[in-house]
Amino acid sequence: MCRLAAITSSEYFSPIENITALETMKEGHDGSGMGLILKRLGGEFEELKDYPILSGICSKDGMKTLDDYMNKLGFKLKYAWTPKIKPVKGIAGRDHYFARVYDYPDVYRDRAFEEKEDLLLKTRLALRKFGENDESIIVFSFYPDILTLKEVGDPLELSGFFGLDKSPLKAKIIFAQGRQNTNYAINMYACHPFFIQGYGSMTNGENTAFVPIREFLMSRNFPGYIGYNSDSEVFCHILHYTCKQLGYPLTYYKDVITPLKQSEIDKRSDSEAARLLKISLRPLCIDGPNCVIAFAPDGTCLMVQDAKKLRPGVVGGAKGKYGFMSEECGLDSVVPQRDKSRDVFPMKYDMVIVRPDAQEVTVWNQLHG
Amino acid sequence: MEPASRLDHNHELSVKDLPYIVRWRDDRCKRCGRCTAVCPMLSIEPAVVVKRLVQSEGMTPEPKAARVVTTMVKQTTNIDRYCIGCGTCTLVCPNEAIEPEYNPQHKFNFHKNKGGHPYRRGGRRNDPLPSTLDRLRFTRISMLTDPALDAGRHEFRIRTYLGRILPAEELPVKMVNGKLEADRATGRFIPPVREIYPVIIGSMSIGALSPTMWEGLAMGITYLNEVEGMPVVMCSGEGGMPQRLLKSRFIKYFIPQIASGYFGWDEIVRALPHMVEDPCAIEIKYGQGAKPGDGGLLMAHKVLKLISEIRGVPMGVDLPSPPTHQTQYSIEESVAKMIQSMSMAWGFRVPVYPKISGTRTAKAVLNNLVRNPYAAAISIDGEDGGTGAAYNVSMDTMGHPIASNIRECYLDLVRHGKQNELPLIAAGGIGKKGNLAANAAALFMLGASAVSIGKYIMQSAAWCHGDEMNRCNVCNLGKCPRGITTQDPKLYRRLDPEKVAERVVEVYKSLDVELKKIFAPMGRSMELPIGMSDGISTDDHAIAERLQINYVC
Repeated sequence: MCRLAAITSSEYFSPIENITALETMKEGHDGSGMGLILKRLGGEFEELKDYPILSGICSKDGMKTLDDYMNKLGFKLKYAWTPKIKPVKGIAGRDHYFARVYDYPDVYRDRAFEEKEDLLLKTRLALRKFGENDESIIVFSFYPDILTLKEVGDPLELSGFFGLDKSPLKAKIIFAQGRQNTNYAINMYACHPFFIQGYGSMTNGENTAFVPIREFLMSRNFPGYIGYNSDSEVFCHILHYTCKQLGYPLTYYKDVITPLKQSEIDKRSDSEAARLLKISLRPLCIDGPNCVIAFAPDGTCLMVQDAKKLRPGVVGGAKGKYGFMSEECGLDSVVPQRDKSRDVFPMKYDMVIVRPDAQEVTVWNQLHG
Repeated sequence: MEPASRLDHNHELSVKDLPYIVRWRDDRCKRCGRCTAVCPMLSIEPAVVVKRLVQSEGMTPEPKAARVVTTMVKQTTNIDRYCIGCGTCTLVCPNEAIEPEYNPQHKFNFHKNKGGHPYRRGGRRNDPLPSTLDRLRFTRISMLTDPALDAGRHEFRIRTYLGRILPAEELPVKMVNGKLEADRATGRFIPPVREIYPVIIGSMSIGALSPTMWEGLAMGITYLNEVEGMPVVMCSGEGGMPQRLLKSRFIKYFIPQIASGYFGWDEIVRALPHMVEDPCAIEIKYGQGAKPGDGGLLMAHKVLKLISEIRGVPMGVDLPSPPTHQTQYSIEESVAKMIQSMSMAWGFRVPVYPKISGTRTAKAVLNNLVRNPYAAAISIDGEDGGTGAAYNVSMDTMGHPIASNIRECYLDLVRHGKQNELPLIAAGGIGKKGNLAANAAALFMLGASAVSIGKYIMQSAAWCHGDEMNRCNVCNLGKCPRGITTQDPKLYRRLDPEKVAERVVEVYKSLDVELKKIFAPMGRSMELPIGMSDGISTDDHAIAERLQINYVC
């Protein structure tokens, strides 16, 4: 089972808090990889929020290809961050881990953000393609105020490897996932959390409806819906499709992945629309078992479960800091002083939501809409 | 020179040439005559024979020969009265003295064309081999990383949609106070969509079926809907429906079919103003899997009073349907017009979809229907489908198997991103070997939104004798020994509609359990696993490659 640790806070904090939480949840082998996404970045990135950050890994040759391509497109490098690598036994390091901040090409500077988003997506996909065969370039995200770091190994050892314990890297929202040994072939693109155009997610569980969902997404004619090295990547893309492509409010994500029965829909005030989208989005219904933790572009974080099997998931904390964890011991590590009686274990109808700056936790119930 | 054939019967057939040989046991037979009275084909008859009997009655052997006149049950070699192997004789025999036995060496197809008339029959393709569907296995079993569901205790939703489904991008919804609302102001047509049970009883007409059989089926599905809460629907077949049903609230469980003869549609149109509910859908039949490119024929002897009333035709005349709709000259125009006309008749509140035979050109039809916003679905009927009457050559050699036809149509829809917009209904050979749930589930995973069944329900709910060894298969003659496909009251009174209805309910309830038993270990419960092709595998390389599924061995 994968371990998930997401924290949203009103103050900047270090990803080491997430990794410590992962460590408390550790049971058995856990070396298939760790992924980190940092949003609402602080530290050296605080002043660079308007500029896209390209996060990834590449070889020496890959770096040259990457530089050439970015120059050709007209992106100007503003700032380059690399973790201070400390060799750790058992972790086969790669040449370059990077988070590079770029300024947009001149022709894009005054364009609408949607156009810039499209450019960033296409650029990321092109870079991904360059490195697809020889893994010379692996890119995880290219978006403003988003930094992604992934590698194979034990999360705690990886934090030492990346020097995160001593790094000033901080953010107000950090998602971390530790993958366990159910994954045979380790592909870096299969590592959670996933990200696309402002939306990120990580998931615990196995997606039994993966193939029809993948086929549906890939046939939407949207270039970003590719990859799917992990069956969990679709959860991120469904969120993007629901909220960004279709423009539905965030809570409808729950209605899309776990639609209600008709008799339940009939009791909702938006029953007519809910019925229509249930029918039209039938292929996106999941069957679980899945616990999904996600964030939206504005920094709202959420947790939802599938409708039947339910994977471990708990949300809790105190005003100013909330954690979304696979297990309660993870919460104990992050917010030990909270009122545990107020911890929320979402069930089949719930969407647990914490808005940016983590002032309170709300539970939206699907039955009531 | 005079031929010697008159003496040695050289130009006659022997029972070894016939598909079934009647095994009659002299020692058990009490000569009651029930078997000969009941034989639908008059294949067996009482005969008087002279036997030479040698007996010895004394203390020492003193054999005496005597000539005895006795009665026996004799099988005719007249090919017009060939034994069809139905076994009705066995059913009525009190002493288990008689039964037909299949003769694998028969020469039936060499001789069944007397008078220059090719062999015509009812039934299905005579191919006893397992179909592709029976070669598929469900191999993605949820285990420790994804615990299986409990078929007995978890809630399952085995339902599908029949009707054209709008893509989400085109839904007329708007946001009001953070919630979505249907936006009537756009004037966007929202096609009617029915939520139904994904196994439909396919098109079998009143006329092809006896009144008792049709009534039994209709009662069964009504019970399933009204009492069991299972929205099972049934297609009428060509030939209309009783006025009383058309005007009742139960019409919502039925799919009236319009085919090339338009039989029964005068009466349906007359009933329209009096209908209190809309039908579930309308099926336009363009083809039938068992006899592609061939029209229907209801023989004059089946057109009795009830049928003539329902169909709006005189009694006792042959009712041939042309192979194709006479108004049909292009799919772009006439088919579109027909779909639109039928939609308009019910105020665009009823889904209208065409049914075609399985064919290599199915994708072309599909592509056209995809572009027709009023086409509610497409039903594709594969070569293993059944029929009440057809030429043997059509049934045995014409047609296209359903598995690859559905798969390529589904993948074509996926390529265009329309896989949820136009439901595919698969038919033809589902449950051929009795594996109804498995065949249906496999077709869902290949891409079908629903399946239609015909022969399976006739066999399981009405004890139909027919099989792929050409057993019985005389639906065309109106001599159905079970009373299923006949208009002869002597025969159809054998069939109790209450019992048929009871069996229909039993079949669907057990089907529902079996479908859960397939879906639960695969971890699926909330939606039908349409297109979940990673769930199925086969041990045949060629099938795996063609269907784009896993090969296992």
